[in-house]
Amino acid sequence: MKIMVAIKRVVDYAVKIRVKPDKTGVEIHNVKMSMNPFCEIALEEALRIKESGLATEVVAVSMGPAQCVDTLRTGLAMGADRGIHVEAARELYPLTVARVLKGLVEVENPGLLILGKQAIDDDCNQTGQMVAGLLGWPQGTFASKVVLDKEKQIATVDREVDGGLETLCLDLPAVITTDLRLNQPRYATLPNIMKAKSKPIKKYTPEELNVEIKSDLEVVQVTEPPKRKAGVILSSVDELIDKLKNEAHVV
Amino acid sequence: MEERGEKEDATEREGSLCQLCFAAGRRTTIMETECERVMINTHRFDPILKGIVVISTRSAMVVRFQRIRKCRQLQREKLRMEKLRTTRHLLRRSSRSLLDRRLKLNSENSIHSSGTAFTRTCTGHRNWILPACLHPSRDCRGLTKANAMQNRYFGSVAELVQRRPSFSTLNSDDISFFKSILGEKNVVQDEDVLATANTDWMRKYKGSSKLLLQPRSTEEVSEILKYCNSRHLAVVPQGGNTGLVGGSVPVFDEVIINVGSMNKILAFDKVSGILVCEAGCILENLISFLDNEGFVMPLDLGAKGSCQIGGNVSTNAGGLRLVRYGSLHGNVLGLEAVLANGDVLDMLGTLRKDNTGYDLKHLFIGSEGSLGIVTKVSILTPPKLSSVNIAFLACKDYFSCQKLLQEAKRKLGEILSAFEFLDIEAMDLALNHLEGARNPLPASIHNFYVLIETTGSNESYDKEKLEAFLLSSMEGGLISDGVVAQDINQASSFWRVREGLPEALIKAGANYKYDLSLPVEKMYNLVEDMRVRLGGLARVVAYGHLGDANLHLNISAPKYDDKILAQIEPYVYEWTSKHRGSISAEHGLGLMKANKIFYSKSPKTVQLMTSIKNLLDPNGILNPYKVLPHSLNP
Repeated sequence: MKIMVAIKRVVDYAVKIRVKPDKTGVEIHNVKMSMNPFCEIALEEALRIKESGLATEVVAVSMGPAQCVDTLRTGLAMGADRGIHVEAARELYPLTVARVLKGLVEVENPGLLILGKQAIDDDCNQTGQMVAGLLGWPQGTFASKVVLDKEKQIATVDREVDGGLETLCLDLPAVITTDLRLNQPRYATLPNIMKAKSKPIKKYTPEELNVEIKSDLEVVQVTEPPKRKAGVILSSVDELIDKLKNEAHVV
Repeated sequence: MEERGEKEDATEREGSLCQLCFAAGRRTTIMETECERVMINTHRFDPILKGIVVISTRSAMVVRFQRIRKCRQLQREKLRMEKLRTTRHLLRRSSRSLLDRRLKLNSENSIHSSGTAFTRTCTGHRNWILPACLHPSRDCRGLTKANAMQNRYFGSVAELVQRRPSFSTLNSDDISFFKSILGEKNVVQDEDVLATANTDWMRKYKGSSKLLLQPRSTEEVSEILKYCNSRHLAVVPQGGNTGLVGGSVPVFDEVIINVGSMNKILAFDKVSGILVCEAGCILENLISFLDNEGFVMPLDLGAKGSCQIGGNVSTNAGGLRLVRYGSLHGNVLGLEAVLANGDVLDMLGTLRKDNTGYDLKHLFIGSEGSLGIVTKVSILTPPKLSSVNIAFLACKDYFSCQKLLQEAKRKLGEILSAFEFLDIEAMDLALNHLEGARNPLPASIHNFYVLIETTGSNESYDKEKLEAFLLSSMEGGLISDGVVAQDINQASSFWRVREGLPEALIKAGANYKYDLSLPVEKMYNLVEDMRVRLGGLARVVAYGHLGDANLHLNISAPKYDDKILAQIEPYVYEWTSKHRGSISAEHGLGLMKANKIFYSKSPKTVQLMTSIKNLLDPNGILNPYKVLPHSLNP
């Protein structure tokens, strides 16, 4: 069984981001970029499934500009067998990504598609669900535990939902999106980094997959949230009541 | 002859350089207290000394035997006095310590508190102090062996410091004066706050100061010092209190002057990167401030969350990036210091080059607060480079680590920004005692781990360079395994393992900490020697800044024990001295190594240091009992 993992190249989680002066977006020019943490967890899960013998191959997929290849190399260094890079110069929104993934799934025919639950740059949490809808596949989102049964071809997924944990049984092929507590991603060891240099990365364009890059969404403005005001130390209860009444309007 | 004998008596009683060693023509100068041990154990069997004694003339022989006899007499007297004092102490302490032990039964640090209970009673009654790491039961052992004169423990361990009688004690007039200058809030006499301020980070040294002052400006510091100088009140300058040699806490009842409230950033030049700030700025805050401006501090240490820049400068802190940015002597462009008599010395230049006269700021950098209190610092900050890569590698033996260092300096060259090493014991300790620490190489246990960081301006170029270097080292057999961090989170988890080692050591129990500069080829031999010496008594943990030839040797044991201490000191210092290393590479001398300076500096140098100290601080009120040997009474 083949597993396909979708990876996104985003601004590194630990970087302090700044809004561009013209408010069209966030400064990404000279900033460290790396793999989306949820995508790392997804890839780690795929590798663990492969290591337990339930899968034969792990394919890492990424879409975007040429630098996505670096992120794919990291994925290969972690242990993925092949990489696929879909060239796209413009910014991609979840529906477009879902359509591209559908096209790739039809080419590669994986038994399982694993994604991170959301990307840390847009926090959309839509791609996994949309792909499952387009493909007509069952979906297990916010997975905190995944157990595969090869004979019965089902996946048992524990989901983290608002009310607690929900366990679902999915028929394969299925779409799983990973949540934080699923696993701890491994480090890329040196021998694997060296091996990754020779692993193949195939290039596609959206046209080849019959997907048109158009978007129904447009980013109008990006602004910073209002700065937190410093707290004020009051000296008497009367002052507190006065402030609650007149400034905060809660009394 | 008689006069000389008397003079010798006087100097020997004070604990000067061992006359016998001088007589034997030994090049290493050892203190008489240490030498008693040496004398008893080795001089008797020392062929050189024996030879000299036999060859020399009769009169010289007589003189030498007289000296030996005098030495022994003095030692016997000393031990008798110790016996008297400690029995008195034991009697007083026994009732108190039982109470204290019961109260502190549930606290984690019960080992430490038994020691501190001891010192509290001592300082209350007798103005004597023993380092808090001494276990009370040790005294019994010492007493039984006192007569046999085989007692090596007393000589090297019990560094009894006496409170200098020339210092006055605080009275209510002093307190009112300070309140009038600083205001009510900044004169602290609260017991809980004082308890924290009196104890050092390692919890080995505890003073008994009754007053903590928090000045907010240089003028207030100047007024305080002028007053203390006139009243002969001893003071201890304190910053973040993260020092590891007991230099930031009082020994007796010195007034603590904490500059933590002086934490403003005064100026920052975005073009040249010169930062001017007050001494109380916490290092981590400075790093975040500079991060926004696109610069970075030239020093980085594990204690950055608490340590203050004034303290860093006063102790010439080294840290993780010294191999790239150099020491503070090169990066500090100017400072403002207040002398003991209240004079404010404004050397706060912001010039990269200024060759006008003697560069006095270097005296204050590394003086550990004994020459003046640093109140403002002007420091040159390097620009923040975007591409940081970090690799965590495993080597099978120390020789590979050395070769790796040579290769790294050559192949990585200008982008190398940190080169640290840890051995197998250190890794084991970190994984067991540090929360949130993850083993970067879980596949197997290795003997040595090396952490290499590169900082450069071009991401892909640096990554290529690093990977090429790592590949060639792997093919050359220098590295047996390794990982490269793929994002900043992974990088911080690598650093967590290395930076968290001091914390892990404290959590593991008692910790004897040594910080030595040794030639890189010989460094690990000391660690192996110590392992042999200590056997099963304690664990020897080694890590350090291999790039600067700086070893942090730590001996970890469940409890403080003099058997262990006797095996360590003065062997470690003698070993270092033999290889012309430094007994304190970056931690400073503080109280812990105040009498050990002779292992690394010649007597004439120390004499000159004493003269400078007496010139700048004639009453000796600034951080007394530290840095320079007590016998010289600086």
